[in-house]
Amino acid sequence: MEKTSKLKFWKILLYILGGAFIGVANGLFGGGGGMLCVPLLLLAGLKNQEAQATAILIMAPISIASVVVYYSNGYIDWLMALYVGLGSIVGGIIGAFALKKFSNIVLQYIFAVVMLVAGLKLLF
Amino acid sequence: MWIYLFLAGLFGGLCGGMGLGGGTLLIPILTMILSVDQHLAQGLNLLVFIPTAIVALVIHAKNKLLNYKMFFIIVVPAAISAIVSSFLVKQIDGNILKNCFGGFLVFIAVYEIGVAIKTTVTNKKLFDNLKYKI
Repeated sequence: MEKTSKLKFWKILLYILGGAFIGVANGLFGGGGGMLCVPLLLLAGLKNQEAQATAILIMAPISIASVVVYYSNGYIDWLMALYVGLGSIVGGIIGAFALKKFSNIVLQYIFAVVMLVAGLKLLF
Repeated sequence: MWIYLFLAGLFGGLCGGMGLGGGTLLIPILTMILSVDQHLAQGLNLLVFIPTAIVALVIHAKNKLLNYKMFFIIVVPAAISAIVSSFLVKQIDGNILKNCFGGFLVFIAVYEIGVAIKTTVTNKKLFDNLKYKI
């Protein structure tokens, strides 16, 4: 009985530390927290779709908090956000529908490689 | 300029809608192709994510896909650290921030490639489960 509660303690500690790490990354880099959050939720035993959805639920209030701080520091451009936001809505709808037509694993590889190349270019 | 911003958003949204994590690619598109300042690009990404997230959450709530227990455990430490790091970001030079962001992208990309390889090997259509139910 004691062993189980000890295990539970470590698990919760892991989620709390993981959460803190996600917050640091998302605040510092303005994104990417969701991509860290999904594996943490999968580790907690959530199913894929549930982990994906819950990650959005966690990232939404965190992003709102970050936006407030970014705004106070003068890092929010409303006009640019309007154009990017409109594009994002249209793209999001197309993407959700396109998902049914294309093989996801191929896209996953392409996406990861593009991200790797962009990352390396920014790094050096 | 507005058409390029719209197209950048379109591409980011497209990736996001496919469950590929659009924001992580929207930021480098804005900085590398459109020469937007790193801090501004990050602010844009954070802001643009919010309305999209709300729409997605309404759908996910209807499909009962939200785990509130895990939400409450993770959101508190994440919110505190996000606020602190959002304040700290002002102290970091745009170019250094860009380098750090690059490192972060490489880290995520390597993880994503690992997941993709694992999926291919086990031949499970893992990502078919990530479809948004619209």
